[in-house]
Amino acid sequence: MNVTQTLDTKGLSCPMPIVKTKKAMDTLASGDILEVLATDKGAVNDLSAWSKSSGHELLEHKEEDGVFKFYIQKG
Amino acid sequence: MIKALSAKEVAKRVVEGSMFILDVRNEGDYKDWRIEGKGIKSINRPYFDLIDGVEDVLEHLPKEEVLVVCAKEGSSVMVAEMLDEAGVKDVYYLEGGMKSWSEYLMPVKLGDLKDGGSIYQFNRIGKGCLSYLVESNGEAAIIDSARTIEAYEDFAKENNLEIKHMIDTHLHADHISGGRKLAEKTGATYWLPPKDAEEVTFSFAELEEGNDITIGNTKIEIQPLYTPGHTIGSTSMIVDGQFLLSGDILFVDSIGRPDLAGKAEDWVSDLRDSLYNKYNNLSKDLVVLPAHFGKISELDEKGAVSAPLGELFEKNDGLNIKNEDEFRRAVTENLPPQPNAYQEIRQTNMGKIDPTNDEQREMEIGPNRCAITE
Repeated sequence: MNVTQTLDTKGLSCPMPIVKTKKAMDTLASGDILEVLATDKGAVNDLSAWSKSSGHELLEHKEEDGVFKFYIQKG
Repeated sequence: MIKALSAKEVAKRVVEGSMFILDVRNEGDYKDWRIEGKGIKSINRPYFDLIDGVEDVLEHLPKEEVLVVCAKEGSSVMVAEMLDEAGVKDVYYLEGGMKSWSEYLMPVKLGDLKDGGSIYQFNRIGKGCLSYLVESNGEAAIIDSARTIEAYEDFAKENNLEIKHMIDTHLHADHISGGRKLAEKTGATYWLPPKDAEEVTFSFAELEEGNDITIGNTKIEIQPLYTPGHTIGSTSMIVDGQFLLSGDILFVDSIGRPDLAGKAEDWVSDLRDSLYNKYNNLSKDLVVLPAHFGKISELDEKGAVSAPLGELFEKNDGLNIKNEDEFRRAVTENLPPQPNAYQEIRQTNMGKIDPTNDEQREMEIGPNRCAITE
């Protein structure tokens, strides 16, 4: 996967992971892929719901050693 | 300036006041489970749709007194500040979010016992779980304790009570019992119905018919009554000849579901026998005290949930299904979804797994769903 940019929100709690994701996404172009790293459990549901409601596509998310990784393609 | 509102203060509004709530969790969470009440109005707008501004939601809000609610608090503070800046007066956020709401226990005195002593209901209003404390002459018994035992400990301390007995009417599938933990802490005896406890990893006293439990010198008898159906061991209790603690067998508005331990078909006839024969033979003056409520409208003006047994035999649909086949269908088909993580919760209550506090909290999130209808 061609990740355009990586955003580290580890250690941040709700709402910061989404606020930062949104800001980062605003600087990207349609089709770009943003990788988001997070440790907040709530981010899993919220990032997928946010992607849907804002027209982006959550391509994949996984958990590695307690870190959630999200790959979101800008719509 | 935005202000924090504690779960306790919100509970007061739910029971006897009013409040407008802006719930900023995502749509699925809101639909599944939210703060409700007679005077409560709420709308849902996920916080991530409000990051750029709250203008769109303002027209749907009152000009003053809005409570912003989220899962853990963080997002509600952000949105509350935005509303405050936009000119809404008296903006509150729920302290600790729905996590705190789910855990708050509201003690309500139900009545006095004949030879002194009294009985309290601890209403876990955010989750619909009800537990009980019976006290007499400095001694207390707690029935169907919630996981968060601090509320009982504080209450016992304030009222100079020694907790002597922790009792679970059955092996719970919707919440983690605090019974064993508080028993270990206080030296109290932990009682469980033996038929529900075949796989447990700890020792316990057998809650069975004939093993009456006495509290205080004044003989407040707790008399167990074997009423299987929700689980195979489910045991009801009659306290002081006045109160029927019905566990998850009979609720005010509904009856228990027999499927949470995977045995719906097997236990239908037990459930029917418990309700239609054993309960039917008891005094109709007994006040039924269930382990759950289903709808917030079941709360009376004090916030308590109870009803005379005779009234339930007249009004509760679950007690008025004449035909056995129809009863079987009612309790096995079209059941609401099962409680969140109910298998893991049962394993925890058996002592087979030992999740961390945060994991336990996560497992309990959402409504209880122990009744056949919601």
